Amino acid sequence: MSQKVLLNATEVHIILNRLACQLIENHEDFTDTVLIGIQPRGIFLAERIKQLLTDTYKIENVELGYLDITFFRDDFRRSEKILAANKTQIDFVVENKKVVFIDDVLYTGRSINAALTAVQSFGRPKEVELLCLIDRRFSRHLPIQPDYRGRQVDAINEEKVKVSWVENEGEDTVYVINK
Amino acid sequence: MSELSVKHLLGIKYITKEDIDLIFQTADNFKEVINRPIKKVPSLRDITIANLFFENSTRTKLSFELAEKRLSADVINFSAAASSVKKGETLIDTVNNILSMKVDMVVMRHPNPGAGVFLSKHINASIVNAGDGAHEHPTQALLDSYSIRERLGDVGGKNVVIVGDILHSRVALSNIYALKLQGANVKVCGPKTLMPKYIESLGVEVELNLRKALEWCDVANMLRVQNERMDISYFPSTREYTQQYGVDKALLNSLDKEIVIMHPGPINRGVEITSDVADSDQAIILNQVENGVAVRMAVLYLLASKIKQ
Repeated sequence: MSQKVLLNATEVHIILNRLACQLIENHEDFTDTVLIGIQPRGIFLAERIKQLLTDTYKIENVELGYLDITFFRDDFRRSEKILAANKTQIDFVVENKKVVFIDDVLYTGRSINAALTAVQSFGRPKEVELLCLIDRRFSRHLPIQPDYRGRQVDAINEEKVKVSWVENEGEDTVYVINK
Repeated sequence: MSELSVKHLLGIKYITKEDIDLIFQTADNFKEVINRPIKKVPSLRDITIANLFFENSTRTKLSFELAEKRLSADVINFSAAASSVKKGETLIDTVNNILSMKVDMVVMRHPNPGAGVFLSKHINASIVNAGDGAHEHPTQALLDSYSIRERLGDVGGKNVVIVGDILHSRVALSNIYALKLQGANVKVCGPKTLMPKYIESLGVEVELNLRKALEWCDVANMLRVQNERMDISYFPSTREYTQQYGVDKALLNSLDKEIVIMHPGPINRGVEITSDVADSDQAIILNQVENGVAVRMAVLYLLASKIKQ
């Protein structure tokens, strides 16, 4: 197994700032917009984006929730991987809001497909956008594309893209791992 | 997250502490799901479940059916009263006929102890025991423990007394297994005639005095007197039973601590507990019912995950 650094800490921080600015461009003061981090790995990125919006760009009342898609996945009973559920926490109304899904890596698009179904349990959003740090293009199984992307990569299926966060793994780095 | 160690849920006796922990973690997630505006997930959309009730039931049947529907399973219901069982069909024949309609899981209540275990040896579908005679009622015990955990934070180390008709109660036996497995201290309390002979061999103490039992416990699980299972008289009169083993508000108020009151239902108000106790803040009877759906969803989901495509 070999791994190479795709993005180092500085590059990650630059990209996070850019993504935050792009969000502000489209959503201004976020009165009609809510952020939803996709469990389990999207929540770190979502928290960072919220922190930037609040601390650096002084936008107040940015609402952030976490959505777990385990029970909405389409591979239940079809893969050997055991699906572990995580906490869903959406303490606000989704009805008629602009929802921004946040996930670290967009790969096949199946997680986002599940999230699109799952979020409807909380109401009918006005529109849904997708923000991801890494977009693995050419790997999609479904017609799903991000609205905001950090970096596009052409990793092949045998490779894995791993996003590490300071609060979890001790560093902000993106690796491409050759399995 | 690991997976359940069993293919069927036939009784608490057959599962491990890790299984219980996994069921509770999953139930936490489902409890959140059933409090959403839309309370349904699509996980079991390609699973068919047969609810076979060879004995009467209200809340267990409803609770299972709701849990199955919340998981998007296809559900068929069968009750013995309106079936060919009355025409002399055997259990295996009845179930095999139902299974030939491509059913993946069976939820069964049966008056005979061991019916679930027997069936599991003859059919391929996953079986959930929804009560077999006076033997076990595992999902009730799980939802009872889950409700204790929710109210008191943990089951381990808590003092729990089960009061009433222990002899005829599958709820009591499953609860004893479940509580002991999680490290709770368990006493049983009731008339001596309603105590099974070798109850101490399960690691529980018998306390014949209700007041002493309540002073000792953190949680009292009040059971109904199962008249329908009694072929002889086990105590002189209902009035005397109530005087000795009924809990009323005055008795609770006279204790030096606030204990949690549970009841698996159906309640005989004025017999084992009075209405003011059943409807008080100390009682978590309706929480038990709500948790029942979440716990049963967790059990069905985890068992279904073991049925491979």
